[in-house]
Amino acid sequence: MGRFHRHDDGTVHSHGDGDGHPHNHDHRDGRPTSPAGPAGGHGDLSGYATGAERIQVLEAIFGENDRLAAANRADFDAAGVHVVNLMSSPGAGKTTLLRRTLEHLCDHLRLGILEGDIETSLDADRLEGFGAAIALINTGNGFGGECHLDAPMVRSALPRLPLTDLDLLIVENVGNLVCPAEFTVGEHTRAMVYAITEGEEKPLKYPVMFRAVDLVLVNKTDLLPHLDVDLDAFHTNLHAVNPDVITIEISARTGTGIPAWCDWLTNRLTTTSHVGAR
Amino acid sequence: MHELSLCTSVAEIVTRHAAGRHVVAVHLQVGQLRHVVPETLTFCWEIATRQTPLAEATLDIDHVPVRIECRTCQAHHILDTPLLHCPTCAGHDLHLVTGQELHVTSIEVDDTPTPPDHPAAQPQE
Repeated sequence: MGRFHRHDDGTVHSHGDGDGHPHNHDHRDGRPTSPAGPAGGHGDLSGYATGAERIQVLEAIFGENDRLAAANRADFDAAGVHVVNLMSSPGAGKTTLLRRTLEHLCDHLRLGILEGDIETSLDADRLEGFGAAIALINTGNGFGGECHLDAPMVRSALPRLPLTDLDLLIVENVGNLVCPAEFTVGEHTRAMVYAITEGEEKPLKYPVMFRAVDLVLVNKTDLLPHLDVDLDAFHTNLHAVNPDVITIEISARTGTGIPAWCDWLTNRLTTTSHVGAR
Repeated sequence: MHELSLCTSVAEIVTRHAAGRHVVAVHLQVGQLRHVVPETLTFCWEIATRQTPLAEATLDIDHVPVRIECRTCQAHHILDTPLLHCPTCAGHDLHLVTGQELHVTSIEVDDTPTPPDHPAAQPQE
């Protein structure tokens, strides 16, 4: 089976296994990347009449993010704080869930929230008053804002949080089912909120996100009587992309399921030695 | 959706490896599980490299299919949908062999002098 290969002009073809094709077709602006030459395939420099030279790189595009994520993780571990990366589509109920979580846990745990938002402080404002340490990251920077939090952004916000005084830090990511799954920020646990209004097929459409998480909170269950949603189909689809995932059905609006979620969170802390030791 | 920030990272990697030489082409491997749209990536590359020493460098994107090995029945398959189950036994315990790549594999450089009036070689944050 050949490897799929798409060019900037929209042409698509495959390479035979182990057999680079002569790379003499035109690219974006019509210039040949490498002039036609005998056996001028990938990795072969003999066909470059212009003296072009290939330099092997083999570097992960997310390498810098991953390095800073590791640095964040080291800081979290040194401070003894467990970090949860909370993700969802926009409007799935992350902030309402966090209010409920703060209500339940603020008396038992020292909590921090790192709030990612494209432009506003609206979400952070809704979380004030519970005694939690809150830091806001606005991701807007000219192009309408980044669609996710990445490790450098989280790192830049850490000086504004009293890490050593926290047991649990929840990172509320930007609402988006695609990008946040690609960028680890150094978290110990990944969780997401899925609202039943989103449709049963979402795990199949966004498998990277649904595969990436340890837990899915199935939110807005108070709306079940008003919807045609088939929750069994959702669970089937979810387990097709993430067989080991844990689910908890909740309603952040009514509070149903919130104790189970808070118990799960607390257990994550106590099963993590760096926090449980305190 | 984050193709622009991907391109910024690619430009940083390429600039570092090119060490001042003129870059003709950049070769990427992108796994099909990566949610990267090739046309968007190419478009963002033009934006991210405009008026930089990389403005003439083309992106060559090698799309890597999703290959799995089933831990239950040991079958190997290439999946053409993101439904991660074994086509042979319908099992879900899979080893993802390929499909998550996101690498700059190589660059092509030549000795064309970079115009001296180019702005700084470092891509903007």
